[in-house]
Order: sequence, then structure tokens, then C-alpha cells
Amino acid sequence: MTDIVLRIDSLGVSFATDGGDVKAVDGVSLEVARGEVLAIVGESGSGKTVTARSILGLLPETATASGVVMLSSRDGSSEHDVVALRGGDLRAVRGRDAAMVFQEPSTALNPVFTVGWQIVEGLRAHGMPRRAARRRAIEILDAVGIPDPHERVDHYPHQFSGGQKQRIVIAMALVLEPGLIVADEPTTALDVTVQAEILDLLRRCRDDFGAGIVLITHNMGVVADLADRVAVMYQGRVIEQADVRTLFSAPQTEYTRALLDAVPYVGHGRSAAAARASSRAAEWASGEAVVEASGLEVTYPGRLGRSGFRAVRGVDLRIRPGEVLGLVGESGSGKSTIGRAIAGLTRVTGGSLQVLGHELNGVREREFRAVRSRIGFVFQDPASSFDPRRTIAEAVAEPFLIHGRAEHPGDARAQVDELLEAVQLPRAYGDRFPFELSGGQRQRASLARAIALRPELLIADEPTSALDVSVQARVLELFAELQRELGFACLFISHDLAVVDLVADRIAVLHRGELVEEGTGAEVLGEPREAYTQRLLASLPVPDPVAQATRRETLRALRAAER
Amino acid sequence: MSDIVRPARRPLADRLPVVRDLRRAVGLQRGMLIAGLVITAVFLLTALLAPLLAPYGFDQLRADGEAFGAQRPPSAEHLLGTTVGGYDVLSRVLWGAQTAVLVIVVAIVLSIIAGVLLGLVSGYLGGWLDRILVVVCDAIYAFPSLLLAIVMSIVISGGQSSLWGGLLAAAISITVVFIPQYFRVVRSEVVRVKSEAFVESARVLGAPSGRIMLRSVLPNATRTLPLIVTLNASEAILTLAGLGFLGFGIEPTAAAEWGYDLNKALSDVTSGIWWTSLFPGLAIVLAVLGITLVGESLNDLADPRLRGRRRAGVSSGAVAETSIAPAAAASTASGEDDHR
Amino acid sequence: MTDLPEPSGAAIAAPGGATPTAPSTRGGGGGLGRYIVVRALLIVPTVFILVTVVFFAMRATGDPITAALGGRLTPAQLQERIEAAGYDRPLLVQYIEYLGRVLTGDFGSTISDNRPVTEVLLTYGGATLELAFYALIVAFLVGIPLGLLAAARRDRPADAALRLFAILCYATPVFFAGLLLKLVFAVWLDLLPVAGRASTSTELQLAFLPDATGIYLIDAIRTGSSEAIADVLQHAVLPSIALGLLTAGVFLRLVRTNVIGTLAMDYVDAARSRGVSESRLVRTHAWRPALIPIITVIGLQIALLLGGAVLTETTFEWRGLGFQLAEYLQARDFVAVQGIVALLAVIVALTNFVVDVVAALIDPRVRY
Repeated sequence: MTDIVLRIDSLGVSFATDGGDVKAVDGVSLEVARGEVLAIVGESGSGKTVTARSILGLLPETATASGVVMLSSRDGSSEHDVVALRGGDLRAVRGRDAAMVFQEPSTALNPVFTVGWQIVEGLRAHGMPRRAARRRAIEILDAVGIPDPHERVDHYPHQFSGGQKQRIVIAMALVLEPGLIVADEPTTALDVTVQAEILDLLRRCRDDFGAGIVLITHNMGVVADLADRVAVMYQGRVIEQADVRTLFSAPQTEYTRALLDAVPYVGHGRSAAAARASSRAAEWASGEAVVEASGLEVTYPGRLGRSGFRAVRGVDLRIRPGEVLGLVGESGSGKSTIGRAIAGLTRVTGGSLQVLGHELNGVREREFRAVRSRIGFVFQDPASSFDPRRTIAEAVAEPFLIHGRAEHPGDARAQVDELLEAVQLPRAYGDRFPFELSGGQRQRASLARAIALRPELLIADEPTSALDVSVQARVLELFAELQRELGFACLFISHDLAVVDLVADRIAVLHRGELVEEGTGAEVLGEPREAYTQRLLASLPVPDPVAQATRRETLRALRAAER
Repeated sequence: MSDIVRPARRPLADRLPVVRDLRRAVGLQRGMLIAGLVITAVFLLTALLAPLLAPYGFDQLRADGEAFGAQRPPSAEHLLGTTVGGYDVLSRVLWGAQTAVLVIVVAIVLSIIAGVLLGLVSGYLGGWLDRILVVVCDAIYAFPSLLLAIVMSIVISGGQSSLWGGLLAAAISITVVFIPQYFRVVRSEVVRVKSEAFVESARVLGAPSGRIMLRSVLPNATRTLPLIVTLNASEAILTLAGLGFLGFGIEPTAAAEWGYDLNKALSDVTSGIWWTSLFPGLAIVLAVLGITLVGESLNDLADPRLRGRRRAGVSSGAVAETSIAPAAAASTASGEDDHR
Repeated sequence: MTDLPEPSGAAIAAPGGATPTAPSTRGGGGGLGRYIVVRALLIVPTVFILVTVVFFAMRATGDPITAALGGRLTPAQLQERIEAAGYDRPLLVQYIEYLGRVLTGDFGSTISDNRPVTEVLLTYGGATLELAFYALIVAFLVGIPLGLLAAARRDRPADAALRLFAILCYATPVFFAGLLLKLVFAVWLDLLPVAGRASTSTELQLAFLPDATGIYLIDAIRTGSSEAIADVLQHAVLPSIALGLLTAGVFLRLVRTNVIGTLAMDYVDAARSRGVSESRLVRTHAWRPALIPIITVIGLQIALLLGGAVLTETTFEWRGLGFQLAEYLQARDFVAVQGIVALLAVIVALTNFVVDVVAALIDPRVRY
């Protein structure tokens, strides 16, 4: 009997693509012991997801794997090499020896079958009789914390919340008590407060069920919270392996050090914000605001007589000249809606919203058009924020053309080159098409376009959330630099408290369309007054295993106090 | 999958539709696409060269002062026999290609212009105009297209048919049937593109709606058009033949039309005369088959889920994100079993 | 984590609270009932639009009496009949009157043989219904299993052969397929009847049946004569195959595409990771979600089927609505054409309604 549940030996995976074969994983060797959480971290393209999927033989048909992926059964009585298994033998191993938790719980559950049916199906595939399987399904739903499992076993996935769906996905993985659970970015699609609960549940999978866990993630906070050991992947190889405390305290490779340095910590932006605040004149605060919302309401119309959805419910906020207001909140909090309302992309349905001296409630597009040259916008998704058919230079020149400052894209080329330089992109990139740039480069170009007309107000809607952490760090630095130089006011929207803390002068916390708390970073994140802010802050895992262990206790106490 | 490969700048051949698709296709899909292209090319060439290829005119009843005679079986003078009306079957089949191509071209050009325009405006502006157009087009779309074409051909020509009158009537009838299809496709694409960040970015910059529609939305909303064009072309042939079969086509003296010939051959079949129906019918099947093969291949290639896939060789390829190794080892993997 | 402004539903379903509450219990009753009502209301504009389009289109060429009887009557006689029928009044007045009559179920009378259109519909509707029903059975039996097979054997020889078969099915005009079938099975092999719905003796037998339904198979069963039943079925074989194969090709392609699409979904991979077998993945996990779009498109295919029925009936002299429509078209009897087309519009709208409701029943997320 061995204690190793998974042994990967020089695994290689290649994919066939239009451009020829690409190697995604190259000579990876790993081991996971019973009851151990091994985190595989790395940025996009590092091969971590491919490694995870090959553990269950779930690679697409275009992939070819080599090497050994040895899975032990729970009691240690047998071993199977997944790479060599086919058909029925492979099916027997899946679910029994190793199970998978997927990134997006809403797509990992079949929408047209009840959750119970889906759990039972897996059990029956491994030979359990129907009745026993149903009993077991109810047990396992209870075990992962689904209330009223007897009733809810017959519900469909859409009747559960996102966090509950992920619990059900975990229940499906646990139900046959496999020795190993592979969790591929299990909390990435979830809000931070829900993430904390799912991480607790995964911890219980290890402690109560004794399962080994392979945790795939890009989030160093999650690693610090859950992992026992960490493997860092870069370009298809494992470049460093260590236990979690050693890795965070004494990283061996340059890459790991850089990766850890790039992770934003809550509290790091405070000194910069204080410096900016002290440099401002005393009468600045009483001056005219760039954005002034009072009782702002935005309601999306419902379809065919249904009542609409109130995304923003009576929000008051102010952005003064040259000031960065960070707007944080979870999904559905209405933070993007506020940004879009200020940019005139979404209609204001109630209250008042003054932008650069213009009232937006009831405004006509034609009246507002001239004001638009004074507003810049950076979108979340770098992949879609440029017209795929036009070069970067043409896109960046667009503001000049629209506002009559140039007749032809060529006329504005000098300014475009200057702008590209300002965002640290080589001039030659102006002649490239968007798809030829990486995500980070596109986001820089997006910044260049947003600041082209020297706007007084910039709206940045999750500008870095689609980027890898090291790229994010560079883009945030650039943003801070530009803000210092050009002095625009900014609404910076993000779900990430640490990111907002880095760049914002003041922070506003949104929850279900309402403003919960507002103040400087030191006030809101240092001594949060509202229970929601406190929980939000406590739920955010910090990239430091020692500190995170203490924070976990704080959160537990907070939750207990709420009950 | 998070592993994205960023190709170097694409050569021109990779950006042209059809040519690009041909280069991308593998295996079975490539075979389908090539077969479709060959058949379609033959069809188009026949249409173009019908005057040279056909031994007789489409309305010719006699040669050298002697009548062909009706329902003659295939012979040296009439390779595919003669019809009940005394026309040469081979000549009618060849000339029929010309009629079909003319009708397809007119119908598709007209319906693209109308459908794209309506779809663009309706999808981009939204509001009550959009809702009304959607309901009207959905109603028409749900209706049997052949019946609609019949109604339209009555409207346009009163059922009468001269050469251009008949051609135009048929083409316009088919156009009316197709407009809702283009409308639906273009509109849904426009709605999709409209919410993309680059269009919103143009709005934030203060670009006027007209400029956004023409410069940002339209060029990005037309990627499925080549596909619908091919699928509609085949449907146009079938609708034209259906109209002809029901007697709403073009008079035999005005042009050759396969559906009309099949209608006249209806009673021949009962007496075992096969050549009058078999050849025009086969002509329809082949023309539709060729165009449909092209269309379906384009459809599959445009949809990543349906793209044909081949497997990589064992541990082949380079790791680095941007550099791509040649597919040298790809063929060695074919002996392996499936991974699913 | 993203925070795009979703319209109503989606945003509500994602509460940001720490202790997630159940978003709604079973969405069944109220949601579905509401959906059915809203969907039923949509029938009205659909039918209204089609009836309107057909009315004005048919009238754009002039009055129906001149069209039908133009060459046969003197101008004075024509004028007299036009005035008697009220075709000389303003078009709008006629339209409103027509709408009013349609609402009460009166589609006018034919000009060529002076029968109420509703009577024509009742007499021949059964035959078309019967043919469409047989064809649908053929289409389902052929299209769906073969489509599943093609999806499961994707990109292999079986898939290639099936796809070619599907394309051939819808590349062949129904009347040509009908002609070929007749030539081979009726003329050369002499296995099946050439045309018609039944042989003359059976027709007579059925005609004397009290309150005949017009659906020959039902009537034949009621006579209790096995010969009559066999005769009716024999006549139905070729037309059903000709019309059914056309639709089968469409179904095959539809099933294949949609099943391949759902096979790529995460939940299929998730089920695979639980050890569920490949064949079961195709049959349940991919099939059921794929069924929702398939059923919706099948609704649209009913329209194609009806269009095809016109051609099939003409080919096989199957005396149904389509055959009759072709006759009236030849006679330029536009009142009859208008009536039949308007009725078909109603049938299509109703079928699509039923189909959408069935699709909603299969989809537990019923929402509109």
C-alpha cells in the first residue's frame, strides 16, 4: 500500500493547430500524496489546465499525450496509467480513482437534467443500484452543505445559485470517494465571498474525506489559503516545486519571484494615495465635481410586461478633478452599470447624474456628443475592444477623426506615435492588427486611445481583470504614471480590492446596486465600518500562507458573529 | 483551453473567403469542399458556354427543315432523346443551367441588398421598428417558401411569362422569400457585434450612428454571408424548379427551365419514358449538390465546434507561445486510437 | 466576477450574498403557463400579417373575376359579376370586410367551381394531413437515428456517407424523387401503384362510409376490410417516402450539428469525468439539450413539408389541398388560392405554437 495517489512522469502533450503542432506540456513530473493539496500555478498558456485534464484522460481529440500518469485506487490496491488506458478501462478509473471539479459551475451541469439525476448517473456508471445511488446522492448533497437535500435533489441546475452549483459539482466529484480530486480553477468564476466558502469546502474534502487534491489556479491568494505544496509551471514545464511556506518565503527561480512580486496586496497603495492627497490645495475638495450623482437609478427594462431589473438603486457619489475613485463590488452589484451610465452608454432612469456639468438623466445623444471628447473609456475585454479589421494606429486615430481634429488617419499619425510611446508600445505596433498583439499590449493601446484627446475624465471598467497577474502589474503601473502626468479624474471599476487599493484615492463599495461605504483606502480597507465591507475584505485571500491562516480565523469569527 | 497560439501576420490567401477555407480544411471536409467547388464550377461553365455546348437551341423543334419528333429515345442525333413537346432534351438541360444561374444571381443580389440593409438598420437602432420588422419577417419566414413564391409570381407577372419577365418574376419571387433569412442572420450578427467593446468604444468616442453602422458594425457582421449565399443559391434552384413544375415558370419558347420540363415529363413516366424526366432532374440534383457541398463545408469551417480535427504527433511541436514547428510528425499519430 | 449589465433574468440569478439563497423554487407552473399565454398571443400577429400580405398581393394584379374568367365572358358580364361580388369597391373596404369574414371562418367561395373555400378545405384537408403525417414519420424514423449515428461517428466514413445521403435528400426536388420512385417501383418493378390515394373500388367503398373523415387510413380501418387498408397503405408508400426523405435529410443534418455542438459542452466533459460511457453521452447528455433547438427548427420544417406537399400531391395525383391548389392556380382562381394559402398560414402558425410549447416543456429553464 502506497500513499501516493497520483504520479505523473515526464508527461508531454501536443496539440494539432492550423499553424502546425504545438507542445502545451513538456516533460512534467509530479506526485500527490493522500490528503495533500498540490497547487499548480502559472499564467495563461503555461500548460496547467492541460496537465490537469490529462490526469483524467479528458484531452480533446487534437491532442496527443506521452509519458505516464499513474493513478492509484483509493485503497491502494491497484494502479493504472491513464495515458495508456482506453474505453471501458478508462471509464472505470474516472470518478472512482480521480474526479474533476470544473471552473464554470453553470456549464459543468447539464441544464436539462436534475442534479440528483446527474449524480445518480455517475454512481450507476460504476455499478451502484438505482435506489442506493439516490440515497447516496442525497447524502452527498447534505455533506457539501446544500440545505433540504431530500427536496433539492430533484431540482434543476438553474434553480441553484452560483456557489451552490459549485458545491454540487464538488459533490459529484466526491460521491464515489475518489483518492484524488482535480480542481481546475474552481473559484475563478465565483465572487470572493463565495470563493471563501468553496475553499473551505475543498479543505474539508481533504480533511474529512482524505482526498488528495490537484488545485489548478492563477490566484496566489487561493494557493496560500489551500495548498500544501506548490508546483509553478511556465511554458509547459514545472520550473519550481516546494511546500507552500517555503515557496512564498524563499522562491528559488526568478520567474516565481517576479510572479509573487506582481501580486497586489491590500494596503500597498496607501502611501501613494496619501502623498497625492497632501499635495492637493485645501480648497480643492469644495471645487466643482467632474461627476456628481445623487439618487442615481438605472433600471433595465423587463421583457413583455415583466418588471425591470434595478441595477443601480439610489447611489450618491462624487468624483473631483484629478481624483481616482475606485468602485468595487461583486457581480451584479451594478458597478459596471454606473460606469456605463457616466459614459452615456446606458440610460439613466432616475435621480440625477451630472457629468462635466451636463445632466445625463433625459439627455439626448446629440447634445452629449461634444462632451464625449472630454471622456475616455477603457474596456474590460482586450480581445474585443478593437475592430479586428483595422490597425492599432487607425483605431487610436479614431478620436481625432470623429472630433474633427484630423481628416484622415494618416494626418494623426504623429500624435498616434506619441500616444503609443506614452503607453510604452513601440511605434511599429501601430501598423499591426489587434490580433497580433497580446492582451496586455492591447490594453495599453486601449489606454492610448482613451487618453488621445486628453480627457478630463477616464472610466476604466475592470481594465486588468482579463490579464495575467504580471501583465496586470505593469498595466497598473502605467495607469498610475499616466494619471500623474495628465491629471485626469478617473472612475476605476474592479472586483479586486487589492487592485483598487493600488490606484484609487477614494474607494466606494457597492452591494446589490446600493452604495455601502465610501472613503479613502485607509478608511474603507483599513477600518471598514459596514459588515458587508468587513466580510468582503476578510474573504479576500492574501498571498501569504501564514497571514492567510490568521485571516481565515477572522473570517470564521465574522461569520459566526453574523449568525 | 488557455493555450492560445498567436500566428504571424496572415498572407492574403488566408484572408479571402473560400480560398482561406480551402487552405484550412483537412481530410473529409477538404474532400467535400473540393467536390463541391468542382461541381459548381462545371455548373457555372455549362451556363456560360451553353450556346457552344448545346447541339440545338432551347426552343428549336426542327433541324434542316425536319421536325425532331416527340418522345424519341436517346439516339445519335439526340443524345438524350426528345421531349413530349418535341425539343432536344440535351439542349434543354444545358440551356437550363443558364436560366438557373441568371435567376440565382438576380435573386441573391436583390435579397442581399434588401436583407442586409434592413437587418443592419433594424439590429443597430432597435426600438419599435426593429420589433415590427422581426415579427413580420418571422411570420414570412415561417410560411412555406414555395407558396409565398407562387403568390409573388402571380403578383409580379400575373402568372404570364416572357423571357426577361419570367426570369425577373421568378427571381423576385425568390427574393421575397429570402429577404427574411438575410434579415434574421444580419440582424442577429449586428446585435452581437453591437455589444462588442470596439463598437461601444466608438459610441463613447462620440461617433455618429451612421458612421458606426457602416464602418464598425457592417464589415464585422457579414462573415456568415458567403455561407448563406451558397445555401440560398441551392434553395433558389429548387424554388425555381418548383415554380416551373407548378406551371409558374418560364414558357419553353422563352428559355429552358428544368422544372417546367419535369412537369411535362410527368405523364411520360407512367408509360415508362424515362429520359425526359431523368436528365433535367439530375441536372437539378447536381447543381444543388455542388453548391450545397460548398455551403456546408464553409459552415463547418466557420464553426469551431464543427471544424474537422486532426491529431498532433507524439510530443511534437514547440512549446513557445509564438513559434510554431512544422507539422512533420502529424501523420505518425493516425494509427492511434481515439482519446475520448 | 465580470459585471456586464445583463438584462433582467441573468443578473437576478446571481445574488452576491455570502450565504447564497435559493433563487426560486421550481420555475414550472407560473413560468410555463405565462410562456404559453404569451406565445399563444403571438399567433395573432403572425396570422394577421400573412393574411394581409396574401390579400394585398393577390389583389395587386386586379380583381379575381377578370383573372379567372377574363377571356370567357363579355366585358359587360364581367362588370356585372365584379359589382355583384363587390370587387369594385375601394380595396381597403374589401380588406376590412375580408378580415371580418375570416374571423368568422368564412374564406369566400371559389370562382371556377363556386364552392365555399371552407368546404374545399374540409374535403381535401384530410388527405394533406394524412400525407404530411406519413412523411413526418418517415423523416423522424430516418433522420433522427441516422443523425445521432453521424454525430457519434463524426469525421469517420459512416459520417461522410450519412452526410452525403442527407445532402442528396434535400438536393433532390420532391417531384423528381417522386418521378424516379414511380418509374422504378411502379412502372418498371410494378410493385406499387403509380398514383392516387386508393384504387377505384376502395375509393367507392370509402365514399359511401357515413361521416367519412377524409383520412383514408382511418376510414379504411373503420370499414374493417383488410384489403382496403392494404390498398390505402400501398398507395401511401411512394408519396410518403418522396416527401419524407426531403425532410429526413434536413433532420439528419440538424440532429448531427446540434448533437456535435452539445457534445462540446463542459457538462459532457463533466459527465465523462464521472465515468459515463460514450454512447450514453451521445444518447442522453448531448441529445436532450440538443433536442430544444431541434424541435424549434422542426416547427419551421412543417412549413417546408407543406410546400413540399403541394409538389408531391401534384406528382402522385394525391387529391389533397396541394393538388387542389395547383388546379386552382392553373384555373387562375385567386379567391380559392387566397383561401387555401390563408388557411395554411393558420396551420403553420398553430404548429409553430405547439412546437414552441413542446420545446419549452423539455427545457426546464422555461423563461421568456
